[in-house]
Amino acid sequence: MTTISRASGAVSTSVRDILIVICIGAALVFTAGLAQSETLHDAAHDVRHATGFPCH
Amino acid sequence: MLARLLTSALIAGAAAGLIAALMQLVFVQPVLLHAELYEGGELTHFAAEGGHDHDHGHGAVTDAAPSGDHAVPPETGGIDPARDGLSVLFSILVYAGYALLLTGAIALAENRGHRVTPREGLLWGLAGFIAVQLAPAFGLAPELPGMAAADITQREIWWLVTVLLSAGALWLIAFGRNWAAWGVAIVMAALPHLIGAPHPVELTGPTPPELAAQFAGRALGVGLVVWVLLGLFTASLWSRARG
Repeated sequence: MTTISRASGAVSTSVRDILIVICIGAALVFTAGLAQSETLHDAAHDVRHATGFPCH
Repeated sequence: MLARLLTSALIAGAAAGLIAALMQLVFVQPVLLHAELYEGGELTHFAAEGGHDHDHGHGAVTDAAPSGDHAVPPETGGIDPARDGLSVLFSILVYAGYALLLTGAIALAENRGHRVTPREGLLWGLAGFIAVQLAPAFGLAPELPGMAAADITQREIWWLVTVLLSAGALWLIAFGRNWAAWGVAIVMAALPHLIGAPHPVELTGPTPPELAAQFAGRALGVGLVVWVLLGLFTASLWSRARG
């Protein structure tokens, strides 16, 4: 995927790269914060409570 | 560019996650451990004080099986290496995830012609805090172990929808140019709260409200500090990395 620079001098990041970063970030937050697997829940328990994720 | 996005975000997230874990262990964990004593039955809210007709309460206290894994002494919340180590690890994972999302959003804004300085990163962090912690907390306050709560899947769906709508609303407030955009933002921000978060039918949790209130206040306070730092770190590192 190519990106067209909008204005001269402006930094432009390809949409593909941004999407990749957002997907990895969402996967991390989901795994650590929301996934209901027993093991993950137990390991992340205190952090989930402290960061306001629904838990239990 | 992908490598630069990833490294700057992961470093920022790890730093913020480490600070979050330390603040959590000092300020939040003791309240949480205290609450677990009520959750496990070692302590009983109210009934233990020997009200004249509270025989059931007394029975519950003596009959309750100790939950076994509370080697940590009550109020002070000593250090439990395995448990606290996992908290540090997962704190770093969560904030690394948030940092990646934040960096992605900042890069997107820059593609649209908004240059994001480290100072503006503070505002991005504040916005992140509002979207991910304050807005959901408006409906579902940070939960203390043992609190009565509705079905977990319903709460997670409500949480996720609220976060997405709040983040979208903040984006429109920041980058919208007219009242049409701001109007949509207000509706998006208010909608999950007008519909209402899922709550239990009966409030029968064993934990004292004093602890729950302190926990919610501390969780939000730590969240605010860490998110503002996360915004600062993310914007600083990204503005260097992108060149």
